[in-house]
Amino acid sequence: MSGQAKSLPPTPLLADYKLRSGVADELFDASGAMRPAWTAFMAQLAKLSPEEVAERFARGDRYLRDAGVFFRQYSADPLQEREWPLSHIPVILHERDWDAICAGLTQRAELLERVVADLYGDCTLVRDGHLPAALVAQNPEWHRPLVGMKPASGHFLHLIAFEIGRSPDGSWLVLGDRTQSPSGAGFALENRMATARVFPEPVPRANVRRLAGFFRAFRGALDDLGRNGGRAAILSPGPGNDTYFEHTYVARYLGLPLLEGEDLIVQNGTVQVRTVSGPQDVGVLWRRLDTGYADPLELDETSQIGTPGLVDAVRQGRVNIVNALGSGILETRAFLAFLPQISEVLLGEKLKMPNIATWWCGQDSERSFVQDNAGKMFIGDALSRALPFDIGNADGLAGTAQTLAGDALGTWIEANAANLVGQETVTLSTTPAWIEDRLLPRPMSVRVFAARTAQGWVFLPGGYARVGRTEEAGALSMQQGGSVADVWIMCDRPAPPETLFDNERFRREDTGALPSRAADNLFWLGRYVERAEGAIRLLRGYHLRLAETGDPDDDSVQQISNLLAALFVDVGAPAHATLTPMLGSARLSAGRVRDRFSVDGWAALTDLMTSLDAMSANIQPGDECARQLGILLRKITGFNGLVHENMHRTSGWRFLTLGRAMERADAAAAVLTACMAGDVPGLGLLDMALEYGDSRITHQRRYRVDPTWETVGDLLALDANNPRSVLFQVTAMRRIAQDLPRAQVAGRVSDVLGALLRLETQLVVAHPSDITIACLTDIRAALADISAKLASAYLN
Amino acid sequence: MQYDIRLAIGYNYGAPSDRARTVVRLLPSNLPGQQRITARLLSVDPEPDERRDTTDFFGNAMSILSFHQPIDRIDFKLHARVERLAPAGSLDLSPNLAGLGAEIAAYRNLDSLSPHHFLGPSRRIGPEPEIAAFATSFHKPDQTVRQTVGALGQAIHSEMRFDPGATDVDTPPGEAFANRHGVCQDFSHVMIAALRALGIPAGYVSGFLRTIPPPGQPRLDGADAMHAWVMAWCGNETGWVEIDPTNNCFVEADHIVVAYGRDYADIAPVKGVLRTSGTQNSRHSVDVEPI
Repeated sequence: MSGQAKSLPPTPLLADYKLRSGVADELFDASGAMRPAWTAFMAQLAKLSPEEVAERFARGDRYLRDAGVFFRQYSADPLQEREWPLSHIPVILHERDWDAICAGLTQRAELLERVVADLYGDCTLVRDGHLPAALVAQNPEWHRPLVGMKPASGHFLHLIAFEIGRSPDGSWLVLGDRTQSPSGAGFALENRMATARVFPEPVPRANVRRLAGFFRAFRGALDDLGRNGGRAAILSPGPGNDTYFEHTYVARYLGLPLLEGEDLIVQNGTVQVRTVSGPQDVGVLWRRLDTGYADPLELDETSQIGTPGLVDAVRQGRVNIVNALGSGILETRAFLAFLPQISEVLLGEKLKMPNIATWWCGQDSERSFVQDNAGKMFIGDALSRALPFDIGNADGLAGTAQTLAGDALGTWIEANAANLVGQETVTLSTTPAWIEDRLLPRPMSVRVFAARTAQGWVFLPGGYARVGRTEEAGALSMQQGGSVADVWIMCDRPAPPETLFDNERFRREDTGALPSRAADNLFWLGRYVERAEGAIRLLRGYHLRLAETGDPDDDSVQQISNLLAALFVDVGAPAHATLTPMLGSARLSAGRVRDRFSVDGWAALTDLMTSLDAMSANIQPGDECARQLGILLRKITGFNGLVHENMHRTSGWRFLTLGRAMERADAAAAVLTACMAGDVPGLGLLDMALEYGDSRITHQRRYRVDPTWETVGDLLALDANNPRSVLFQVTAMRRIAQDLPRAQVAGRVSDVLGALLRLETQLVVAHPSDITIACLTDIRAALADISAKLASAYLN
Repeated sequence: MQYDIRLAIGYNYGAPSDRARTVVRLLPSNLPGQQRITARLLSVDPEPDERRDTTDFFGNAMSILSFHQPIDRIDFKLHARVERLAPAGSLDLSPNLAGLGAEIAAYRNLDSLSPHHFLGPSRRIGPEPEIAAFATSFHKPDQTVRQTVGALGQAIHSEMRFDPGATDVDTPPGEAFANRHGVCQDFSHVMIAALRALGIPAGYVSGFLRTIPPPGQPRLDGADAMHAWVMAWCGNETGWVEIDPTNNCFVEADHIVVAYGRDYADIAPVKGVLRTSGTQNSRHSVDVEPI
């Protein structure tokens, strides 16, 4: 490599970086000289020892892990999460190249807007023969209930992305358009944060364009779209989606509520979110779910994640959706065959940046061409929306897959012509990837995001490239092990700093009422964590007793195991098996409101699960098990502390705390009941109850007698100062209920508050001798009634 | 022929259904040259908090209803006066299959009844290899498309047994065909799958049948409920032809059209999303009398 010597001293890093003929490269130009945008970065990298590089990469990975960045791998386990596969070496493009790319894509964005407006409008493209009718009429993304619909804002497209690659001659081309609900902009931010930890030096980073300005512009555009109709929100398909992390991340970053279909109702043509304060208008939805799922009433009737009536609200112009429902049709692979000509028809211009050459086999001459050149082509489903390197099983890459089906290639094409397209197999440019302590060239494509603003299309300057695992283009797919790199747009002088916020226009935002579904999940998170904590305490008590006696058949040990059985805790099962469902439910609830969690809170919960998983199934009962349970207990206390010390006292905190208090009050009553019911003198159940209540020492100090049911009942049911007593928790709930929305209407207290006041008074005036099994049963029934009232007033 | 049509459909819910939202396609429409509406009224009990009457993509009347309070039952009553004009019997001017393909390829229009909508897979009707093979075996190359449609209708009628208890609204056409039984919805879905497999655009028609047949003729199957049949596109000259495979006849003045769609999912008479886990039961009665 001649150019290498010119630009920087020979470095062992590039010893194996072999350029291939017929393949463009990002680091070196066609003459073999290093591209100027890279020189400062490479000089910096060359100064590092392999150990230093490894240490820096680990820093970046740690950042991603701590931030909880993941994507979901579609596999047998639907909720399997994978760590974000960062390729630590950024892709670097000079701003001159970048600006040319953006100019080409601005034209394309305009073209796509015109095409989708025509497809849901007069269909002149079909009528005039520029687009075959079959590709629209048989397209699953052409949604008939939306035909004739005009977006309230006047535009279909607001946030789109383009997958682009560099072809062997060095020019850029579009591999695919992403108009449905493009993902990756949030991941781009995380790529940037992680890469900044790997390469913190101001040179050359100071010259790299910042990302925040794009998000500020997009956030402003969303606010503008909602100006007349209500606030903006993100509509997510939920935690099962592969990019759910990004939805939560972007929601937090932009300060938008993260909603799911069941959060929304349509009333009098208006979209509203169900909140603990009643329904509130929503004017803009940034949707992250495909059109078909959005409304089971008029779109896919089997959708469980949609909102009935959403299509009708759109038709009545009462909500702006980003991007408009139906926009996904522009991703259709076969459209790439027709867009170059459509550009000349609709814009009167040739495409500034070509797209990947594509031929629809439904046309005779195109079919013959594909037949004749099948060996050099990718052949696949015409109506697919997949990108060229996301190759499905039914597709024929260079004449391989269809032989599996037993058909000759020609017969296969002939029989399925209208459903097939041929696409040239593009050899994408390579970029440096760090593999086994050195740099190797790997294929890459760049994802470019564009947002419509009042000032026109604005582009996210870099942030997201896919890098192949091997030299094959198909290896770009993340599901197949490809990785993702930051993209730096390198300027000749320092880039101006950018922030998300427009500091000139500071204002305190109303964060909006808590959605009922989020409140429900927080309430149950509080309950499940508390339930797990209670179970851990009881189990630890059992194992300590077992360690003392060393005999599982000992009467006192047996008695406790019976008590635990009455509380649905089976001491025969491994502790791990008992606790996993409880903490699993807690994590599931937490996962549904992840946008409301601090990074630390989520990390603490993850840490708790990891410790639980690490608890061996065949751990020795007795001392060892008690010790391990003690560790879990401290971690759960840590989580609770984090939540209660740091969470803002908003509605979210209130419902989480209500859940915890409800569970704690009920468990205290349940433990007392079970102890009383199982009591045989001398077997230590009184001690067990005290231990559960963490109240042994208090009891000794306070009563100066051996525990009796009266003293224990006083301490665990009626003591207003004992945080483990029923009364203490009921009082806590009553205080919170006073601050809930609609706690008092026209001078009357709400059902929830009324029921809490009644129960609290009953406990305050009770005498310790009143605490019988019958009384405890009444208390538990009252608690269940309060829980039901809470659900019907706020959580449904 | 003038008809007086009365329909009642009702549902009871075991548990009150919260914020029910329903789309109803029960009102027949004016169809130039085929049917004329003198009067039509759809009443709903309890009275919905919102009601919007509009038309869907295919031109069918559609009522969107919404209830703000939980409901535990809902009743629809339709009363309509409809004049049905029998299609004039005409010469068979339809092309053969190859000719039909060329006419479709040259058809550049996506209006509501464009043949292009009715060729590809739809929500309830995907590729059905068994039905496709059956269809192919009944098609002869020298037939006109209209002859093929008639032959297939007859074949499906004699192949399948009308059995009101054997299937439900969600039975896939492949399953109904494999068991050779079903009701009008199954007969129609099977026939649509067969026609599309041959490249003939085919759609689903919902509507009513005359309840009491003319003197001396047998009562038609499906007359005591809403009925369904098939439409097939037989080229530019002939256009759409309607055929009833359940009763083995081309559609004439005894059939009153309510809605056209690609399959049942497009035009289900009552589509609702009910937030309820309780059991439901339903009532359904139809009376179609000549005046």
